[in-house]
Amino acid sequence: MAKRKTTRMALTGNEAMAFAMKQINPDVVAAYPITPATQIVELFSKYVADGEVDTEFVPVESEHSAMSACVGASAAGARVMTGTASQGLALMHEILYIASALRLPITMCVVNRTLSAPINIHCDHSDTMGSRDAGWIQIYTENVQEAYASTIVGVRTAEKANLPVMVTTDGFVLSHGMESLDVFDDEDVREFLGQRKPLYNVLDVDNPITVGPLDLQDYFFEHKRGQIEAMFEAKKHIYDAHREFAEFFGVELPVFMEPYRLDDAEYAIVVLGSSAGTGKEVVDDLRDEKGMKVGLLRLRIFRPFPYEELQQVLGKVKYLAVMDRADSLNTMGGPVATEIARALYHFSERPIIHSFVYGLGGRDVPPENFYEVIEKMQWIAAGNTPDRMVTYVGVRE
Amino acid sequence: MAQKAKTLRDLARMKRALAPGHRACAGCPFPVIVKLVMSATDYPLVVANATGCMEVTTTIFPYTAWPVNWIHNAFENAAATISGVEAAYKALKRKGKIPADKEIKFVAFGGDGGTYDIGLQALSGALERGHNFLYILYNNEGYMNTGIQRSSATPKYASTTTSPAGKVIPGKLQWRKEITDIIIAHNPAYAAQASPAFWSDLIRKVQKALEADGPSFINVISPCQPGWNYPPDLSIDLTKLAVETKYWPLYEYKNGGWKVNYKPRKPLPVIEFLKPQRRYKHILNRPELIEEIQQEVEKRWERLLKLEEAFPLKE
Repeated sequence: MAKRKTTRMALTGNEAMAFAMKQINPDVVAAYPITPATQIVELFSKYVADGEVDTEFVPVESEHSAMSACVGASAAGARVMTGTASQGLALMHEILYIASALRLPITMCVVNRTLSAPINIHCDHSDTMGSRDAGWIQIYTENVQEAYASTIVGVRTAEKANLPVMVTTDGFVLSHGMESLDVFDDEDVREFLGQRKPLYNVLDVDNPITVGPLDLQDYFFEHKRGQIEAMFEAKKHIYDAHREFAEFFGVELPVFMEPYRLDDAEYAIVVLGSSAGTGKEVVDDLRDEKGMKVGLLRLRIFRPFPYEELQQVLGKVKYLAVMDRADSLNTMGGPVATEIARALYHFSERPIIHSFVYGLGGRDVPPENFYEVIEKMQWIAAGNTPDRMVTYVGVRE
Repeated sequence: MAQKAKTLRDLARMKRALAPGHRACAGCPFPVIVKLVMSATDYPLVVANATGCMEVTTTIFPYTAWPVNWIHNAFENAAATISGVEAAYKALKRKGKIPADKEIKFVAFGGDGGTYDIGLQALSGALERGHNFLYILYNNEGYMNTGIQRSSATPKYASTTTSPAGKVIPGKLQWRKEITDIIIAHNPAYAAQASPAFWSDLIRKVQKALEADGPSFINVISPCQPGWNYPPDLSIDLTKLAVETKYWPLYEYKNGGWKVNYKPRKPLPVIEFLKPQRRYKHILNRPELIEEIQQEVEKRWERLLKLEEAFPLKE
């Protein structure tokens, strides 16, 4: 696969996502600013003002209206994007379900920020984890390069699956952290994405349709079942979109997950987003300096949940630490741990699993957090049983 | 573009109406309103509908009563949804994906719940942004779809299930807020109040609204038979009585000016409008409360005449 021309730039996560949106040149962007995603909307407005895109920009009065307008525009056949974070995503919550059920391939850049209360503008994953059952494909990125590329492949994924996609970055860590990255040419991005081919279109006035009718006991279940099946089928579309991306640009992205030194690992850590970089450093240290068989799995796509792939890479691990940057307040820890436990329970070979919750409200995530996690797993391996299914790391208990 | 339905005969022949078989209550006037709106124009229409009676009774899957493209998103966001559709139309036209000469008009329908209350913010935003769309409020003065609860459109002393007439409290204690004034404060391209009894006035207003360059709004009175509790054959009579008693003035707003379209030569007392409605049954023997309503009607009417005098509508 021939590599397309790239240009080296230094951008923050927000700048990179806005830049990707400029290259994508969506038909409609409806968005409302919110820390730490505000710059995405600001920068995109400037691209509109400078004529670098011919997007219809709808500066709505709330995130609820942002997602509502996105639904209207996408049902009209347009390629539609938006961006938000935290409370904004929560305010969209009602309409997220409608976007996915109407099979609208909206792509949304979400900068992960904790949900109130207490109010706090910094990173955890409680916002997107709160919308995990809304029928959206969710892609969590580790760095700015990946956030940029995932925004582009996110659009392709959405339009293949006819499902909406969230691409996330960790608030401030990635959104405001500057990295050097390679960006493609505008023309290549536009050629790669081509035109959207909508399933239906409310602007096709010669063929009137009714979108979003009342659906009662006699048909609702079949329609919901169809949407559920679309999420099963999304897996194939996700692989295809990433393969096409790799073939076109000559750049490989991890798809559902990125295993790191997992071969022969007895201990493994699962983590999402930017914390994976720190975790990999700790894995290197434990393997190379202390001879421990430790590995890490960065889960990149959380919806649909890649249970088969997880079993393949984690089935032979003995002790599995699942680190969540969100808590389900169910006394069992975070949602990733719960779902991995469910996924692996299905198979006869499975590790002992313990849930760790870390980094809430933007609490710094130093290497010590990961050492502590591994020590706890060693303690469990020594035959000890924890009082609870979850351990909180990096917090004053 | 030629406009249709100038006469009653034209109107009777119009095909663009809700199909029979919708589940609106006997006597419900909104199918009449929808027909009048769609008959007013030949333009292709895309309709957004807020959750409510109109949406649930006209689109029970696998049936639809709508002859035009129609989208329902949620309760509070019909204006935001139609603004998205309209934005897509502009973008796709600009990019040559829709032919330049293809004119489509955008209409949102919402009840008073979706307009005065839960949807006010989305409507305000869409008006301020200046999308080219017509918002039709079918105003039945309450949350009728959920079973007749008070809204901020419910008039004073009307009994609803959440402002019931009791032994101590005589129904709703607040005046309805003036939504058309609130809309006019946004300086839309066009705003009006209308009544289905005055069908040619309503049609003309829809035509003006669709020709206006920018957002437009029409507040149409739409009695609710179970909610207002009257014999179902009286619906259109009530929309006439509302106007003849000055309870529901027919007026329009454009270019910063007002015009009162109909001034009853011999206005009827408001009791004539209230009397057939059992939601007012508990105050019919309390003349002081009727008088209070009459005074409010006079006050609002006088204010409207003063606005018209001070700022006459110039086309």
